[in-house]
Amino acid sequence: MSKDTVGILALQGDFEMHRQMFSRLDVRTMLVRIPDDLNHVDRLVIPGGESSTMNLLMKRYNMMQPVIKFASDRPVWGTCAGLILLAAKIDDPQIQPLGLIDISASRNAYGRQIESFVAEGILRLDGNERAYEMVFIRAPKILSASDSVETLGWYENEITMAKQGRVLVTAFHPELTDDLTIHEYYLGV
Amino acid sequence: MYYDRDPRWKLKVGLAEMLKGGVIMDVTNAEQAKIAEDAGAVAVMALERVPSDIRAQGGVARMANVEVIQKIKETVSIPVMAKCRIGHFAEAQLLQELEVDYIDESEVLTPADEQFHVDKWPYKVPFVCGCRNLGEALRRISEGAAMIRTKGEAGSGNIVEAVRHMRMVMSHIRRLKAMSPEELKAEAQEMKVPVEIVVETAKLGKLPVPNFAAGGIATPADSSLMMQLGAEAVFVGSGIFKSSDPPRRAKAIVEATTHWNDPKAVLDATRPLGDAMEGLEISEIPEEKLLQTR
Repeated sequence: MSKDTVGILALQGDFEMHRQMFSRLDVRTMLVRIPDDLNHVDRLVIPGGESSTMNLLMKRYNMMQPVIKFASDRPVWGTCAGLILLAAKIDDPQIQPLGLIDISASRNAYGRQIESFVAEGILRLDGNERAYEMVFIRAPKILSASDSVETLGWYENEITMAKQGRVLVTAFHPELTDDLTIHEYYLGV
Repeated sequence: MYYDRDPRWKLKVGLAEMLKGGVIMDVTNAEQAKIAEDAGAVAVMALERVPSDIRAQGGVARMANVEVIQKIKETVSIPVMAKCRIGHFAEAQLLQELEVDYIDESEVLTPADEQFHVDKWPYKVPFVCGCRNLGEALRRISEGAAMIRTKGEAGSGNIVEAVRHMRMVMSHIRRLKAMSPEELKAEAQEMKVPVEIVVETAKLGKLPVPNFAAGGIATPADSSLMMQLGAEAVFVGSGIFKSSDPPRRAKAIVEATTHWNDPKAVLDATRPLGDAMEGLEISEIPEEKLLQTR
């Protein structure tokens, strides 16, 4: 399939789950832990995890600017915590997001772990709507998206998947399901 | 499969996946929780006293005070875990009512039931349990634990027991991988667990749930050691708040856990540190004071 090497940010979080999904698609991956690692990958995934911890470690290891620069010509995808880090605006002053997609989002918007849930949502990736199992764990909500942001997925009235240029975000965790649809879609971005 | 009875299994294991590569820190109040969060902890564990104090002061160690847990929850945005006594399902029920994010059914507290662990399947909140070997790990999973950690010897500042327990688990899994179906069945009988969990573990070549290290981690190098032995994240108890400079040590252990396979980065993390907590030689701890045998 794709000859690209997909970098997966591995400061903390469920990077292994993403790695397994890409290896099922025969796609090479590399764990990214320092800025120089970005020079060896064609794409970047920011996985689920604790957004505050990842944000802190990104700042501590001077990863913020290199990731912003990376995103200027290569595709970046953030799931859950990754969505929070890629957003333009977050409701929590603790987080300084990268501002790579013009959405505002709210952290842990559904509540604590006891409110985490799996539900059927809707995807529209190629013009056709289809049902898709979405896993939300202490998940964020997209509060608003600018007109230049393409919306691709929904659960009830919430936007759960969106894209602007080469930047893709999902509020849920495709890497915790068996369904490779969204990993495949990202390889086409 | 054994977990099909639990509609929330994916969410329980899923949260543990999110914590991988991180450090979960024991805290006894909101101020400590804030220090832990600012240092980069992925979660905090609320308890009444850190293990080294439980060891020094003796007495019965119970679930943390409810107001303290509430306050910690209000103070930090990262997940809040709390410990209940082994078999104390009423404490576990209270922790679920309090909406903590994970419950640790822990040998560090005084056991409430000498025969049974909590039946963890009916809970919406996930559980983590300690183990000394693969049999203990798989028994806890068959009771519904969605995360396993080594027991180590909590509050000792001595890594030797956590290393022993991690090596026991990993080498046993390696042996399982070479076994025939009949041998796996015999192993399951020996360990007193359903055969499907043993078969799944052999097939995966790892525990079917995330496998973290705990019990005796006091330095950045201790954390790197456990990660290199196969731990997927670490718990630090007394190691941080019994050291001379908790914020710095907390930060250093976080850095060493992220960059566990880069000795230079672990060294950089270790440089500015003050003194580690005092350690205990395991053979000098009286048998009845060992926490891991609970």
